[in-house]
Amino acid sequence: MTLEELQALAEKTRAAAAVAGRVVRVCQGTGCHSAGSDTVQQALARETKERGMGEAVTVMRVGCRGLCASGPIVSVSPDNLLYRSVEASDAPELAASLGGEPLERLRLPSDSPFFARQKKIALENLGQIDPESIEDYIAAGGYTALLTALASMAPAEIIQQVSVSGLRGRGGAGYPSGLKWGTVAKAAGAEKYVVCNGDEGDPGAFMDRSVMEGDPHRVLEGMTLAAYAVGAKHGFVYVRAEYPLAVSRLRKAIRQAEQYGLLGDKIGGSDFGFKVELRLGAGAFVCGEETALMASVEGQRGTPRPRPPFPAQAGLWGCPTLINNVETFANIAPIVRRGGEWYAAIGTPKSKGTKVFALSGRVVHTGLIEVPMGITLREIIFEIGGGIPDGKKFKAVQTGGPSGGCVPEKFLDMPLDYDSLVSIGSIMGSGGMIVMDETSCMVDVARYFMDFCTGESCGKCVPCRVGTAQMHRVLDDITRGTASEGDLARLEELCDMVRNTSLCGLGQSAPNPVITTLRYFRDEYEAHIRDKRCPAGRCRISQEAAA
Amino acid sequence: MSKVRLATVWMDGCSGCHMSFLDMDERILEIADKVDLVYSPLVDIKTFPESVDVTIVEGAVSNEDDLKKAKMIRARTKILVALGDCAVTSNVPAMRNQFGTEGVLARAYLENAQINPHVPNKVIPPLLPQARPLHEFVPVDVFVPGCPPSADDIFSVVADLLAGRTPDLHGRGRFG
Amino acid sequence: MSPAAPGVVTFVMDGKDVSARADQTVLAVAREHNVAIPTLCALEGLSTVGACRLCLVEIAGSPKLQPACVLKATEGLNVSTRSERLDKYRKMIVELLLSERNHVCSVCVSNGHCDLQSLAQSLGIDHVRFPYLYPSFAVDASHARFTLDHNRCVLCTRCVRVCDEVEGAHTWDVMGRGIRSQVITGLKQPWGESESCTTCGKCVQVCPTGALSEKGKSVAEMRKRRDFLPYLTQMREEHA
Repeated sequence: MTLEELQALAEKTRAAAAVAGRVVRVCQGTGCHSAGSDTVQQALARETKERGMGEAVTVMRVGCRGLCASGPIVSVSPDNLLYRSVEASDAPELAASLGGEPLERLRLPSDSPFFARQKKIALENLGQIDPESIEDYIAAGGYTALLTALASMAPAEIIQQVSVSGLRGRGGAGYPSGLKWGTVAKAAGAEKYVVCNGDEGDPGAFMDRSVMEGDPHRVLEGMTLAAYAVGAKHGFVYVRAEYPLAVSRLRKAIRQAEQYGLLGDKIGGSDFGFKVELRLGAGAFVCGEETALMASVEGQRGTPRPRPPFPAQAGLWGCPTLINNVETFANIAPIVRRGGEWYAAIGTPKSKGTKVFALSGRVVHTGLIEVPMGITLREIIFEIGGGIPDGKKFKAVQTGGPSGGCVPEKFLDMPLDYDSLVSIGSIMGSGGMIVMDETSCMVDVARYFMDFCTGESCGKCVPCRVGTAQMHRVLDDITRGTASEGDLARLEELCDMVRNTSLCGLGQSAPNPVITTLRYFRDEYEAHIRDKRCPAGRCRISQEAAA
Repeated sequence: MSKVRLATVWMDGCSGCHMSFLDMDERILEIADKVDLVYSPLVDIKTFPESVDVTIVEGAVSNEDDLKKAKMIRARTKILVALGDCAVTSNVPAMRNQFGTEGVLARAYLENAQINPHVPNKVIPPLLPQARPLHEFVPVDVFVPGCPPSADDIFSVVADLLAGRTPDLHGRGRFG
Repeated sequence: MSPAAPGVVTFVMDGKDVSARADQTVLAVAREHNVAIPTLCALEGLSTVGACRLCLVEIAGSPKLQPACVLKATEGLNVSTRSERLDKYRKMIVELLLSERNHVCSVCVSNGHCDLQSLAQSLGIDHVRFPYLYPSFAVDASHARFTLDHNRCVLCTRCVRVCDEVEGAHTWDVMGRGIRSQVITGLKQPWGESESCTTCGKCVQVCPTGALSEKGKSVAEMRKRRDFLPYLTQMREEHA
């Protein structure tokens, strides 16, 4: 398919949609789906058909709208109506309301801060298009960036735009993407690879999942642009097998793109070819670490290896390899289409653009959000998130999952970016954000994350394998009231040692939740140890220890 | 100069460390001149006295009596020495740990018993869930690993302690 | 010098200038200069994995410690192989290993000939500050000539690598995660039932502890013979 053919198809699809009249979009994101949104969609399709609305109303499935706590979410356009917590039994009433008075009982104000404060780039198609329709994606401007670039941009120009955009790796570490792409492009080697890291493993995180499920072509287009830019012919999407919907949507998307000549040989009539294969992860957290991920793609046991050499120099099968996260790739097409300058105008001086977060825990509106860098945690939690439910008091927010830290109230007004989070002991991470109220015990939180890291340590290096187990043991003792002051000193010693000597990022960052809770909530640790008391009333202090 | 009040204690161990202690031959006379042996399996004193200068413990902490004794000794001693691998690492006594006390007692008193199989519940102190090294229960000042530590090492440590020096095995001490 | 030969680099090790071939690791250079860096997973003749973390060294100007067994000698590098911090970390690593499984030196076949035991001794470890974990691990004595005792295993993977890289059998591998990881033969069959094992015994000889031993050896009788490995490596390199 050439650029002209693509534009013609986009035009045709848009024209068809324009005369189709009313569109009812039923969210099929993870949250809504588990709340039964597929039966809602079927019920609405049946109702509208039975009411003879077949021509005038289209009922379609769309990706995550973000407001997962209020799912299933249904939107109606062009009326700009949003409905929440829709059940299949609401279908007759909802169908009857189409074109008439809105169904106030289920209505969600579309100007609510949850939507108004967001800025969607990576997620712009989510909730708008049918993720299983390449035509929908094309009608929304999809693949224009790719075919335009292939027709009129040199690979170096794409890298230049990515560099100018200031985009940094969205997987967590925040490495400048343009720099990474440039290194791979310059690396010598006939064979190069592009890998998309979709092994999202943080507890409570579903950013990448939602993108892969809701807009799979966006990921493929980003990867293909990257492949053209760095000179790769083969790519892999590494998805965890626990995301079956993401797997099937990506598989379908690859097939559709191949049929349209947007993947495979001679893409868009150019001499450039790129093939993408899926690789399914078996659910090891460590496989989100790039060297472990590559080992897994190669069919080896998924364990990390020392860097250098970095994947950009020697990655898959020893060849230069570009690895980026799903969200990073999801930002590429807009950057190429609209230019790096446009993207760089959003965000903070050192962290450009937007970031997707999975907002969860003790917050009113849990869900998926995309916000400009530089927004404060207070805006995210209290405006977008609607604050803490049940009149409870905010205590901390955990960013970056098990590798991140707990941020206390005093930092809520700090502009959020990669560097500000690091300066207070946490990390941006891939975008998990767990809000905790006064009922959370911070020692127990640290224990929970250490339990996770102990179980997910691959076992290769000694500090992570045994160090995390020993740290977990101390934290367990503290929460049971059986620890002494000496244990606290030993815990801090272990934190320092595991952080500085572990082989990969998993071990190096595993102490972060302990270090930050010790820094900001030390009094809670001391209460457990000295007074045999859990201030949040969450831990069960053994009777023996209390006596 | 008053003599140093020395005690030695035998917990869950094979007494090999005490044997090794005695194995220092004539050097024991040199030590004997400088100490009052106030408590030891080698002498007939039934109660552990107050104000002991140095207590040397052989063996792991395995049962409730050991634990009680360890705490009492610590309270009454200035310098506590863990002598030998059982006291330092729990060593052979800890090999039961992965089987659980019930399994161990059943093996010893029921499965392998020829006559009147029963698990004793009087006189013999109840086992702790695991045999563990002394320093996991009370602070220990000096560690002398080895199974047993050599007589030379023991002499060197005791001589250092009696002279008021911090014992230093100069890298000779080794597990096993 | 042929054009393919690696160049010579000069760098600083513990404050002294040393020169090395550019393909040498810092560990190899240190050994040439009699600088002792403790190691456990590294063994000359096998690939390097940088897993035990004992050979970590400090690099001037970098906050990250790097394993000397993997770190390549480069021009201008400035490494310290000893420091208060490194000594502390190395001690902790060995203490963690001792706490992890059931290393009962006194009744071990390798007592007196064990890398872990001598590491503890040379690092001045007279007790382990971390609580012993006392896990429950099995012994596999199904092989006719050798015994595998998981209780003594430190997961250095020397057996895995020698079997794969030198013997070419790849009988050994690792399964499980974290502290539940263990070395396995075949697809976790009893060793004696493994069809790929050639009974060459290389794994036993490279094992640093008493985890792998020859049958019939009693306490302290298992001395490992590792001279075959540099010999084989040298012969293969010469005939490559």
